[in-house]
Amino acid sequence: MTLARRIIPCLDVRDGRVVKGTRFRDHRDMGDIVELATRYAREGADELVFYDITASPQGRAVDVDWVTRVARAIDIPFCVAGGIRSVEAARAVLHAGADKISVNTPATQRPELVRELADAFGVQCVVVGVDSLRDQDGQWRIRQLTGDPEATRALPVATLDWVQEVVALGAGEIVLNCMGSDGVRSGYDVEQLRAVRAVCGVPLVASGGAGAVEHFTEVFREADVDGALAATVFHSGAIAIPALKRELAATGLVVREVAEAVA
Amino acid sequence: MTAPRVALVDSGGTNIGSVTYALERLGATARLTADRGDILAADRVVLPGVGAAAAGMRRLREAGLVETLHEVQVPLLGVCLGMQLLLERSEEDGGVETLGLVPGEVVAIPATPQARVPHMGWNALEDLADDPLLRDVEAGERAYFVHSYAAPVGPWTLATTRHGGAWSAVVRHGLRWGAQFHPERSAALGATLLRNFLGEVGR
Repeated sequence: MTLARRIIPCLDVRDGRVVKGTRFRDHRDMGDIVELATRYAREGADELVFYDITASPQGRAVDVDWVTRVARAIDIPFCVAGGIRSVEAARAVLHAGADKISVNTPATQRPELVRELADAFGVQCVVVGVDSLRDQDGQWRIRQLTGDPEATRALPVATLDWVQEVVALGAGEIVLNCMGSDGVRSGYDVEQLRAVRAVCGVPLVASGGAGAVEHFTEVFREADVDGALAATVFHSGAIAIPALKRELAATGLVVREVAEAVA
Repeated sequence: MTAPRVALVDSGGTNIGSVTYALERLGATARLTADRGDILAADRVVLPGVGAAAAGMRRLREAGLVETLHEVQVPLLGVCLGMQLLLERSEEDGGVETLGLVPGEVVAIPATPQARVPHMGWNALEDLADDPLLRDVEAGERAYFVHSYAAPVGPWTLATTRHGGAWSAVVRHGLRWGAQFHPERSAALGATLLRNFLGEVGR
């Protein structure tokens, strides 16, 4: 195969700024969205995901101004997540220049939304984010409203069934956020990702748990995912993307290497 | 050279913004239009497009642009679905007659455990022909693809990419070019290709 494995930094956006902190509290301003997006693009990120944390919990639509600013500035693809509940909201974001839109909780509330988005824009624009956690009986099941720890609800839907359902409805890509490993930085949940991989024929992106270069190597090798998403390790500078790509290439994984960024 | 005026044909695709911005970053003025006069007065014509073949053709027909696109005498570039529409026929949506500006047809990419569909991500360009559009592009450089249908390799293929089998990544027939990938989202390689389209192909 010659298709490169993708490295995808995820940026939380609030009121047009990039913030860091838990999804709901202690937000620290990380800087201007265009500056950070441009930096990641220059360093060789293959794609960016912007999670609009202002939009989702408050029931607001995504403010498309910052989407336009990002689209003007960068020359790699990007996806917007958070706050998209309708074809109209998705259209506004895609018209502003986003390449893909990602839906999570709204899809759990009304799965038909996935089909409507795929019919309107094509499956290649439609990403479904899945928040998943292993229950005490050993089954992985999905969660909704995970942006707010107090509002988060466990659903009686098995993760493997849900992934197959949304792919049948028209999801062109799945981002699987393994909540059990999220924030712990001890590695992606390879066991769960491998199980989802086995039932997922569209591209699959791993999320939750990246803490070291080996975690990326492991998730690509062991779970055969198409992309790996991470936030903290990139924002903190713990892992630099050019070095990460070199390491992955050295182990024989196919990646897109870019010339060293010049200041 | 003065800034080339580019007509971006309004084919109802959603991702017009990023094509416009990419051309503007290169100093061109790009205008989204469905007006025959605007299109025929431009220095370059780009047919973008995201979505499905049937809807794209319906939009062009409703806007009366099928004839107009056949009349274009300046370099024309189709991007992604826009490239697929340049060909004669697509298997998508149960079979669609497309513009027929470049010989060939578009088929569904067969999904396999190794080659997932949609074909999404950065893939390498191979088998590069000597062509002004590909000046300074080297074999093995990567472009950003996202599509479920593709044109098999044929006599009009200028570059290929492999996903399962080999597919046309760039095609040309006369002054009509097509790129299956998204140059506006393909970093430095994409900028090179668009710069060539604005400059080199007219020399």
